[in-house]
Amino acid sequence: MKEVFFSEAIAAAIRNEMARDESVYILGEDIGIYGGSFGATAGLYDEFGPERVKDTPISEMAIMGSSAGAAVTGMRPIAEIMYDDFLGCCMDQLMNQAAKFRYMYGGRVTVPMVVRCACGGYVTGAAQHSQSIEGMLAHIPGLKVAYPSNPQDAKGLLIAAIRDDNPVVFLEHQTFYGVKGEITEDFEPIPLGKGKIVREGSDVTVVATGVQVGKAMEAAEQLAAEGTSVEVIDPRCLYPLDKELIYGSVEKTGKIVIVTEECKRGAWSGELASRIAEDRFEALKKPIVRVGALDTPVPFSQPLEHYMLPQTEYIVSAIQSVL
Amino acid sequence: MAVPKERALDIYKTMQRIRLFEKQASRSFAEGVVQGFIHLYIGEEAIATGVCANLNDSDYITSTHRGHGHIIAKGADLNKMMAELCGRETGYCHGKGGSMHITDTDIGVLGANGIVGGGFTLACGAGITAQMKKNNAVCVCFFGDGSTGVGAFHEAMNLASVWKLPVVFVCENNGYGISTACRRDSSYTNPSMACKTVADRALAYGMKAFVVDGNNVNDVYDRSKEAIEYARAGNGPVFIECNTYRWDTHFVGDTDNYRLPEELAIWKEKCPIKTFGTYLKFMKLADDEQLKAIEKEAKAEVKAALKFAEDSPFPAPENAVKDVYTDIVEEGR
Repeated sequence: MKEVFFSEAIAAAIRNEMARDESVYILGEDIGIYGGSFGATAGLYDEFGPERVKDTPISEMAIMGSSAGAAVTGMRPIAEIMYDDFLGCCMDQLMNQAAKFRYMYGGRVTVPMVVRCACGGYVTGAAQHSQSIEGMLAHIPGLKVAYPSNPQDAKGLLIAAIRDDNPVVFLEHQTFYGVKGEITEDFEPIPLGKGKIVREGSDVTVVATGVQVGKAMEAAEQLAAEGTSVEVIDPRCLYPLDKELIYGSVEKTGKIVIVTEECKRGAWSGELASRIAEDRFEALKKPIVRVGALDTPVPFSQPLEHYMLPQTEYIVSAIQSVL
Repeated sequence: MAVPKERALDIYKTMQRIRLFEKQASRSFAEGVVQGFIHLYIGEEAIATGVCANLNDSDYITSTHRGHGHIIAKGADLNKMMAELCGRETGYCHGKGGSMHITDTDIGVLGANGIVGGGFTLACGAGITAQMKKNNAVCVCFFGDGSTGVGAFHEAMNLASVWKLPVVFVCENNGYGISTACRRDSSYTNPSMACKTVADRALAYGMKAFVVDGNNVNDVYDRSKEAIEYARAGNGPVFIECNTYRWDTHFVGDTDNYRLPEELAIWKEKCPIKTFGTYLKFMKLADDEQLKAIEKEAKAEVKAALKFAEDSPFPAPENAVKDVYTDIVEEGR
């Protein structure tokens, strides 16, 4: 085990895969000499050179679309779109091209590409550098969506994403990059669609993603002092989703709180809630509760942003509401 | 310079195959055998034919919603094409794509595309593959004049140029993006571009650019041969604007209230197939009888393709859930 920054875990996974498979290359804005806007590709340019670490013009459509075109012709591109907000600049290439190629071409092609994006708020980044749009992404048939909550999972999930033959959007919460965590020395993939129970408990199930995993753990800790046993599950991948893991926990506790950073309207958390209601209604002892951001864009000023985004105390209250 | 003599009759046949395939598709659409939306390539046959005559199976093309001509010229199987148009299991995409998504990666066709301008950045991707794998391939990106208003056009042109990608951009300027005229004819108001030619746009990206008569297969062949060789040699992309005209409406069924009535008559006089036939006879490469025989052969192929399609089964409904992913089949019901 060693302690590394989240950004170093990302770079380590990419480095390993680039050394292993020469069809893997990375491209994006400022990912080369500069090392990436969040430092997640630092050192790779020196190691692999400009042919495999491609600094692009500010051209999200060209980054995304060329990745799709290269993927169907035999390469394995890893595209960095600086923020998931900027997916708006290249949604055609992601949604209409990459995600649909295999299907609309009748299974004739594979589209092995990864799109890495920083996402999420809590940095006073305001409305265009703070969004959580995982619900929109997981909605699109053809895409897989991974969302690690720590360096170890980031390493393993990214390796799996790079080796996957389908387009994978890989979300990296921007507050994570400078956070350290322990990683193992191996380069084993973590299968996409395999969640993890990060804290075992028996009274309430909390499913949380990204930064919310840490906040849910804080909430669980606080409630443990009051004698409440909270089980925290990090699905790690929003599609494919480890439903069985979540359903198993719901069957045990009968109570579920879903915590995501998205504004709740049309959120992925709503999708999960409706699946649970459809598939395991009889196991529920209380209504499903969701914690999310308010239905607004992400505001700039710190008190506004704090009010708008989910906080640990909201998770505590939500859990208490179903006890 | 012109198409090589020994290939001239093949090239004539390809143009006839496209023309006759499209005529049949149109008839079958009217009869309800072909469904969805179809966009015909009639009148533009010289472009796909002249360009693709310079490509190998290992070269790539990206196509458009008006893609049948490109795909036939690249060497696709008419049976599988017609079956796809008819939504049959035996079609190129097993009935999941239809006219706007026909693809055959075995011969380098990276798909017709239902999004206007969808092919630009894909072509760059194929160019990246060729460049990184050093496989000597080039990618030809076919597109219309209207699509050059799309942002992806500009990003792709710039990227191809700065990275010297082996991509040849072939603009089929048929004068209209659905109803909106490009600037070619000054009698139109609100044109789709302010520059005189589409090729002007390429110059801004430091790209070599040419304008050719898109109804003259010899001209198209010559210019694209040169461009493809240039790109293949690693010199970077080239832009070719081919002036032409679509004889039919944008899609089969549009109201066509936007074109001057006399235009069609003028352009029919410039029919690419008739023009090339006249050339072949003038050069004594073929006589009327031979040309008729070729047309008859092509007609028979198209007829056989329709029979193949009509005799083929529709896909099993439950196949709808397959091929979303390589490794997940989930109904989600």
